[in-house]
Amino acid sequence: MNGISVDINHLKKGEVSLGTSIMAVTYKDGVILGADSRTTTGTYIANRVTDKLTQIHDTIYCCRSGSAADTQAVADIVKYYLQMHASQLPPGETPTTKVAASVFQEICYTNKDGLTAGIICAGYDKKNKGSVYSIPIGGSIHQQEYAIAGSGSTFIYGWCDKNYKRDMERDECITFIKTALSEAIKWDGSSGGVVRMVLLTEKGVERLIFYPDEYQA
Amino acid sequence: MNHDPFYWGRPSDETYGHYNHAIANAKSQIPTSHTQQPIITGTSVLALKFKNGVAIAADNMGSYGSLLRFNNIERLIRVGTETIVGISGDISDLQYIERLLHQLQTEEEVYDSDGGHNLRAPHVHEYLSRVMYNRRLKMDPLWNAIIVAGFSDDRTPFLRYVDLLGVTYGSLALATGFGAHLAVPLLRKLVPYDADYEKVSEEQARVAIADSLRVLYYRDARSSDKYTFAVLTFENDKINVDYKQDLKVENQSWRFAENLIGYGSKQQ
Repeated sequence: MNGISVDINHLKKGEVSLGTSIMAVTYKDGVILGADSRTTTGTYIANRVTDKLTQIHDTIYCCRSGSAADTQAVADIVKYYLQMHASQLPPGETPTTKVAASVFQEICYTNKDGLTAGIICAGYDKKNKGSVYSIPIGGSIHQQEYAIAGSGSTFIYGWCDKNYKRDMERDECITFIKTALSEAIKWDGSSGGVVRMVLLTEKGVERLIFYPDEYQA
Repeated sequence: MNHDPFYWGRPSDETYGHYNHAIANAKSQIPTSHTQQPIITGTSVLALKFKNGVAIAADNMGSYGSLLRFNNIERLIRVGTETIVGISGDISDLQYIERLLHQLQTEEEVYDSDGGHNLRAPHVHEYLSRVMYNRRLKMDPLWNAIIVAGFSDDRTPFLRYVDLLGVTYGSLALATGFGAHLAVPLLRKLVPYDADYEKVSEEQARVAIADSLRVLYYRDARSSDKYTFAVLTFENDKINVDYKQDLKVENQSWRFAENLIGYGSKQQ
C-alpha cells in the first residue's frame, strides 16, 4: 500500500449531520436568513426542530450546514472573536458583516482538512446595509446578493435564479424564501420540519417561524 | 513423458489429442450473479393483528437516495379477495413481485377455480417465501422486505414477514425498515403478549397504526405524510376489505418549535 489515505468526506461514526436547506437574501430593508429544522444521523431524524440560524453578533447571523459539531464549534469561536473585536471599536461603532465572514473564512480555510462546514454569513450594518457571504466547504469566500446552500439547495437553483429580484419588499422576500425552502424540503429527504427565518434590519432582529401546514404546497 | 511443468497433471497429447481451447472459452451456462443495490426505495410497512382482522399500512414515497423522487407509489398490493401484500425496499423489484402475484392470482383463481376460494394469505406468503429464498440462493435477491396480511383457512387473522434473505417470521405486530425500530414498540403497547390480540379492537388498531405513521414521519428522513391504509375484518361469516388511499398524517405537533432558539448558550 502506498502512502496514507484518510477519508475525510464521510461523517465519523455517530457524527450528526445538518443535511439541510439554507439561504440568505438581501432585500430593501436589509437581509433575511432562512433555514429548515432537520438534523439527521443517517436516515434517523435526530432533531426535527433544530435552530440553524445562529447569532454571531447583534445583527450578524449565520446559516449552518454540514457537520453539526463542526459548525457549532466554528460559530462559537467566531462569536468570541467578534465580541473581542466589538469591544475594541470606537463607541457607537459596530462590527461589519464582512469582518465576521472573514473570520469564518480564516478558520474554515486553515482547517479545511478536518472540517465539514458549509456556512452562509449574513448581517446588517449601517455602512453596507444588508450583505450575504457564502463560505462553502473548501473555505473560499463569496459575496452574493443572495445565497443558497445545503443538500436541499440543489433542487431550487433553477427556481431561485428565475424568481429572485433585487431590492424586494419585506413580504415579497419572505414569500420568496418560504416558497424556495418549501420546494427544497419537498424534494430533499435530509431537509424538513419548520421553516425558520431571521430578519436583520436597522431596527434589529426579528424571528419568524412557519409550520408545515402553512408552507407545504 | 513430457516433464514441462505446464503439462503436469495434463493427460498426454499422444493419447487424448491436443487440448481443445474451445472448452476454456465456452460461454458459461451459469448466469453471472448480481447481488445488487436498491435504487428507488420504499420505506417502512406496518401491520397489526386485532380481534377479528388485520390492519396494514405503507406510505406512498419512492426515494432515490436522499431525493424524495416519487410520491405516488402504491406499496400495498391486493391479491385475491382477502389478502394484502405490503412491500418495502427496491421499487423495481416491488413491480416485479406485483406481476408475479398477478400471475399467481390468474392461475389460481381464474384458471384453476373449483368453485371455492383458493388463494389465501398463508399460500401467498409461502409462495413469496420460496421465491425470495431461491433468489437469495442464486445470490441475486429481490431487494425487499414484505409483510403478507390476511386470514388463515380457519378464518383467524394471518400476518407474516419475508425478506431478501428468505427469513420469515410472524407476530401480532410487524413492521419493516424504520418501522421495526420505532413502530413495533408502539404497536406492542396494545397487548403485552401475542396471544392476547383478541383483546384489541379494530378502533384501537387503527389509532395505533395512525400514531405510528406520525412518529415515523417525524423521525424517518425517507418517509412521507401521504399513505395507504387497509383494514381486513372477518364478521358475519364474511371477509370485509377496507382499502383507503391518499390518507394524510394528522395531529402533528410543531408549535413548540417556536420557543427553541439556538443550541447552547443564550442567543436571540
